[in-house]
Amino acid sequence: MAMAIHVDVVSAEESIFSGLAEFVVLPGEAGELGILPGHMPLMTRIKPGVVRLKLQNQDREELIFVAGGILEVQPNLVTVLADTAIRGRDLDEAKALDAKRRAEEAMSDKSAQLDYAKAQAELVEAIAQLAAIERLRKRQQH
Amino acid sequence: MPGGKEIRTKIKSVQNTRKITKAMEMVAASKMRKAQERMRAARPYSEKIRRLAANLSHANNADYRHPFIQRHGEERGTARRLGLVLVTTDKGLCGGLNTNILRLALSSLRDWEKAGADIRVSCIGNKGLGFMQRLGARVVSHVVQLGDTPHLERLIGPIKVMIDAFEKGELDAVHIGYTRFINTMRQEPVIEQLLPLTGERLGTPEGHWDYLFEPDARVVIEELLVRYVEALIYQSVAENMASEQSARMVAMKAATDNAGNVIKELQLIYNKARQASITKEISEIVGGAAAISG
Repeated sequence: MAMAIHVDVVSAEESIFSGLAEFVVLPGEAGELGILPGHMPLMTRIKPGVVRLKLQNQDREELIFVAGGILEVQPNLVTVLADTAIRGRDLDEAKALDAKRRAEEAMSDKSAQLDYAKAQAELVEAIAQLAAIERLRKRQQH
Repeated sequence: MPGGKEIRTKIKSVQNTRKITKAMEMVAASKMRKAQERMRAARPYSEKIRRLAANLSHANNADYRHPFIQRHGEERGTARRLGLVLVTTDKGLCGGLNTNILRLALSSLRDWEKAGADIRVSCIGNKGLGFMQRLGARVVSHVVQLGDTPHLERLIGPIKVMIDAFEKGELDAVHIGYTRFINTMRQEPVIEQLLPLTGERLGTPEGHWDYLFEPDARVVIEELLVRYVEALIYQSVAENMASEQSARMVAMKAATDNAGNVIKELQLIYNKARQASITKEISEIVGGAAAISG
């Protein structure tokens, strides 16, 4: 039986692959990376592309598309933290700016004074309502 | 028959309400299962990335220390400038879920304010945004209408606003408030420190690895930690959604039960009124017949 490494491919939203492989090919930032069992510890970014896994005792290869991410290699373990979205500094920046702009627009017509008393009153009212509903329910059950 | 028609209409209307609440209960029940699955599906990633971050934070070779990681024994003084990421739901009708987290957030905000802190808020979810705007808090970013599936892509922007502010040193600490999912019947509002990452959050590393970094340590660690923070927030949002659906299911179940009780009571009143009017009619007829024959 050929040597194998444990490979985990996970994204923030789900676990994509977990199992043994003899050989892994990844789109590293500095070029294609081929990883065999016993590779030295490595951590790098990966580019959007295809991760190829040569599964243990099988001829077929497993192909997984990743939109970039981070790769961690330990001698007997490969972890791919895949991104769910195409990321880029500019892209993230644009998203952040967009979020900021929307927030500012929403805030522009509001006073800056913190009105704790009013908010507190609103909450107290809501809590009182909930308590009343709870009491009503209890009473009806008996 | 006095009021008979009104009572009948009322019963009909409550019955319709019950139909709606029953439907909402069932929808929430099915969505809850999916939301819980998603919450669980997100765990491997946050677990892996946590382990990685822990390994990194303790690695001897890391010649670069990231500001996100709090060093041991290096407590920052009282935080003067704070950020709060507040996760709430978009829709109502989920019992006391939002009320509880908002109450907790409000008391925290007031305490921080009293301590002289300058606060920025980032709102995820409509309810929290509305509340914070009425409150007049400084909302630096927000995202609403997330739907039933949290997508990391939509969270990146608003989160980055906070992370950037922290990186630039405009914020001393960032906290996150959300409703933790314990089980279907129990959800608990919590406010936790997100940044700087504390030791207990990261846990202890399982071994020392002399990583080779490509292109260099700084870039990779930076990316990793940003993703870690995003994963934490994503996890909170996923958990909040599971909490939302369970809370809604429970609330709607209660509403359905209540509607049933109301219908029962109204039915009783209606029957009594009907009986009374029949009795009255009979006694009138008997009285009339007696008058004629007598």
